Amino acid sequence: MALRIQKKLFELLRLHGEETYPHECCGVLVGEFDEADGRVVRSAVKCGNTRTDSPENRYHISPAELVRIQREAALAGHDIVGFYHSHPDCAAEASSTDLAEAHWTGCSYVITSVENRKAVVTNSFLLRGTEEAKHFDDKVIEVY
Amino acid sequence: MPIKVLIPTPLRPYTGKQSAVEVTAQTVGEALNNLVAQHPDLRKHLFAEDGKLRSFVNVYLNDEDIRYLAKDATPATESDTITIVPSVAGGV
Repeated sequence: MALRIQKKLFELLRLHGEETYPHECCGVLVGEFDEADGRVVRSAVKCGNTRTDSPENRYHISPAELVRIQREAALAGHDIVGFYHSHPDCAAEASSTDLAEAHWTGCSYVITSVENRKAVVTNSFLLRGTEEAKHFDDKVIEVY
Repeated sequence: MPIKVLIPTPLRPYTGKQSAVEVTAQTVGEALNNLVAQHPDLRKHLFAEDGKLRSFVNVYLNDEDIRYLAKDATPATESDTITIVPSVAGGV
C-alpha cells in the first residue's frame, strides 16, 4: 500500500515547497490505484494556496481547481490519488489541522518539511476510516 | 433527462466503485436526492442530519459552485455535469 512516485515528480513537489517558502505549497497527485491497493502517481499538479490570510501555516486548494483536475484526470483514465503540501520550518508530520481538514479517505497526503527554503523530509500518510472516526496511517514512499 | 454526476475517490465505496453515476433530474438538488436514492449508503457522507450538504462537500455544476448559483434549485440539463468534491485543506 505504498505510494509509488517517479523521482522527477517527487523532486517537483519538494521543490514546490522551496519555491513558496515561507508559505505552504499545495498540489494534487494524479495517478492510479493498483491491485494491491497501492497508489502510483503519474502527475503532480501544482495548485495555488488560497489561504492568503495565513499561508505560512495553512493551505487550501480551490474546489474549482479540484474539479478541473478531477475532470482532466478522468479523461486520461486516471484518478486523484492524493495531495501534497509543505510544512515550513515544521516537521513533516500530519498535524491535528491536517487530520481535521482531510476528507479524501483512501487517498495519500504527502507532507514535506522545509527549513530555510530547503526541503528536508517528505512523508506520506494514508487517510483511513470514516469522517467520524478517521486517522492517518504512515506509509512508505517508493521513489523510482 | 440523464445528468452525469462525477463521484470523487473517497465516495466510490458507496456507489459500487462507480466514478460516475447518471441520474434523471431537473435541478441539482433533485439530482443529488436521486443519487442517494440509488445509493443510500452515500447519504450520510453527503448530507448532514439537517439535510443540508456537509460543510466540507462542494458541489459544482460544470465549472460553477452551486452556492453561487441557485444552490439546490439550480437547473440542470443532460448536457451538464455535476461534480462532487470534498475540500482539501490543512496546515501545520
